[in-house]
Amino acid sequence: MDWSLPLNISTQGVQIDNLFWLIFWLTAIAFVLVEVGVLWFLWRYRAREGHRARYTHGHLGAEIVWTAVPALTMIFLGIYSGRIWAEIRSPDSFPEDALTIDVTAKQFEWNVTYPGADRELGNDDDFTIRNRLEFPANEPIVVRLHSEDVIHSFFIPELRVKQDAVPGMAIPIWFEATEAGEYQIACAELCGNGHYSMRASVIIHEPDAYERWYDEQTGAAQTAAAD
Amino acid sequence: MATTTAGPTGIPVREEHHPQSFIRKYIFSTDHKIIGIQFLFTTLFFLLVGGLLAVMLRFQLGFPGEALPGGSMLPETMAPGGIILPEFYNSLVTMHGTFMVFFAIMPLLVGVYANYLIPMQIGTHDMAFPTLNMASYWLFLVSGLIMLASFWMVGGASGAGWTQYAPLSATPEASGVYNGQILWCISIAIFGFSSLLGSINYITTVINQRAPGMTWLRLPLVIWALFITAILGLLAVPVLTAAVIMLMFDQTIGTTFFLPTDGGQPLLWQHLFWFFGHPEVYILILPAMGFVSEIISNGSRKPVFGYKSMVFAIMAIAFLGFIVWGHHMFQSGMNPALGMSFMITTLIIAVPSAIKVFNWMATMWGGAIKFTTPMLFAVGFVMLFTIGGLSGIFMASTPVDIYIHDTYFIVAHIHYVLFGGSLFAIFGAIYYWFPKMFGRMINETAGKIHFALTFVLFNLVFFPMHGLGMEGMMRRIYDTSRYTHLAEVQDTNTMITWAALGLFASGLYFMLLFFWSLFRGKPAGVNPWDATTLEWSLPSPPKHGNWEEIPTVYHGPYEYSHPDVEKDWLLQNERPDVVSPAHEVTVRQGEA
Repeated sequence: MDWSLPLNISTQGVQIDNLFWLIFWLTAIAFVLVEVGVLWFLWRYRAREGHRARYTHGHLGAEIVWTAVPALTMIFLGIYSGRIWAEIRSPDSFPEDALTIDVTAKQFEWNVTYPGADRELGNDDDFTIRNRLEFPANEPIVVRLHSEDVIHSFFIPELRVKQDAVPGMAIPIWFEATEAGEYQIACAELCGNGHYSMRASVIIHEPDAYERWYDEQTGAAQTAAAD
Repeated sequence: MATTTAGPTGIPVREEHHPQSFIRKYIFSTDHKIIGIQFLFTTLFFLLVGGLLAVMLRFQLGFPGEALPGGSMLPETMAPGGIILPEFYNSLVTMHGTFMVFFAIMPLLVGVYANYLIPMQIGTHDMAFPTLNMASYWLFLVSGLIMLASFWMVGGASGAGWTQYAPLSATPEASGVYNGQILWCISIAIFGFSSLLGSINYITTVINQRAPGMTWLRLPLVIWALFITAILGLLAVPVLTAAVIMLMFDQTIGTTFFLPTDGGQPLLWQHLFWFFGHPEVYILILPAMGFVSEIISNGSRKPVFGYKSMVFAIMAIAFLGFIVWGHHMFQSGMNPALGMSFMITTLIIAVPSAIKVFNWMATMWGGAIKFTTPMLFAVGFVMLFTIGGLSGIFMASTPVDIYIHDTYFIVAHIHYVLFGGSLFAIFGAIYYWFPKMFGRMINETAGKIHFALTFVLFNLVFFPMHGLGMEGMMRRIYDTSRYTHLAEVQDTNTMITWAALGLFASGLYFMLLFFWSLFRGKPAGVNPWDATTLEWSLPSPPKHGNWEEIPTVYHGPYEYSHPDVEKDWLLQNERPDVVSPAHEVTVRQGEA
């Protein structure tokens, strides 16, 4: 453990990480101010012989300052966070014509359904792979999350993606990886006895490698359907 | 002999001073002080249970796959050969949270201190409804024992997390827990009734039975905090009671409130749970803030800085506390636009909390600080609650929450608030009011050792968890070795477990100190801390009925170091001109 966020490989992750560190520095200032202040006051105003505490009930000006400063900081953070949130999650932010993949969670596995040769989900030529999600880098991906039994949570740390999969709902999320590599989906929501090992591999291809993989799969799927 | 006199608000108040049988006096007691002490002993036991569960789950995380020392005594269904099973681990996580939230922290704050302090600090004989008060304690005890009994059920205790997310909690086939899960619901439903009876009682008593002169803005901040907390409890806890009854119907009689089949909706559970759950978070912190205000003022020998803004901050937190629940659900599949509005309310609620921290610091500023054990715990509260409050800003920000939601960052946050915050304040309160409760002191040196151990070990356990969360370590997982992104976390987890064992040991040391002091502590006088609120004008321990004659209150609750008075405190029922006339003070100061 090294007090850092894991390597980020997504476009959204850049904004999330920047916001994380912005909040880190803002809270670090408040942290030092309060903790050093408390320790300093403990030392400076310790009980001493012949010294009597100051008799005061408050100071309006001071109280207004330490109400207004946190309030303004919070409003700023709210507006800033809200813009990023909208860029990631608002329905308008979803890329059009993106590759769409269905991920269906169940105790304790992730089933990934890809569109077949017609490149459309929801018909007979779709094919499903258990516990493996493959997609190309440098291209927005839409994942529609489903669950068959209880609530699971789709978490890929390096993509800074997390979204619950809720039975009875189809929840879309989107992301774009900036480089190829192999990672894991982890389940982040307690889902039963096997929760701790509910994982799947994530393989992010270079775009042309993905096309080759996809053609192999759809070929295989068609052969399987023909059988 | 029971006489009836007109109370301060014209309501007849019975004064009972007749001798009572042991059972009426100590077991089925209607005396608020005895009920408070009953809550104290019971909740200390449940605190121990919660701590033991924590140590066991930490053992699995620190030494995965190794046999728990003494674990071979556990049945095969929990830990065959002492090795904790995943299903038992889930029960440990669930029941640790459940015991700590419902049966330790909340009743320690409210059950113990609302009962013990309200009548004495507002200057009345007893609660408005002493019998309801007794019922509240006995329902609480029954609900806690039912929860404990669920460990002995076939299938074990609930393993769905203390938040009991449906459908996992509603579908026995999915969780593998049958009767234990039903007992969870029954226990919490009974707990809900207990809490409701308490809340009604506290609210009624504070409104109606304040002593003459005890105006609203002369109430001690503890009473303000407990009063507002009782309102939160009154409005929020019944929502949970209703929800757990619905959950039990889903499990037992085939309803589908929270199941996606037949028109149910899993997210409905989360909305109901957190509509209770977030006010609950403030139920768990507001009384603690009240204790801390009291103790810091006493330890600094200064009036609380900004008393009125402290009161308004409590009210603001309570009000906003009802409209922030959705921040637990940013990644739940709830409409992202709702996430936006809940983020704004959540960030705003940080403001009154910040006001309180700055006011505590300003109370210390210019003081004459005495390093008593209660004062150390109160200052510890301010330092640690600040960390918990600041880490909350990360998860309030919806984009950052995408990453840290359901990770150890959240675990670190909640423990900084509920342990570093609430439990530190509770320890402070126990040391502070122990002399009043039992007429004996807890040894100061021994108490300071407890503080030092707890403060250091607490930080060793929980601060590194922020780092684990940054690595992406998920909550409630039994084994981190299954994940490539968690390849580097085992050493930290092992270190945390060692520190957690030490923290548990310091808790045991406190328990020993507590019980030793009950019998061997130095006798306490009437007012060992030179404090100002009304209970410190009563003998230690006070008699049944508290007052022979209802006191009259002349001024606010924290008149420390009043310039017209020679001693540096002034009880609320003492008049400065009577205690020491101004001219005498002038003369003495002139001599010095």
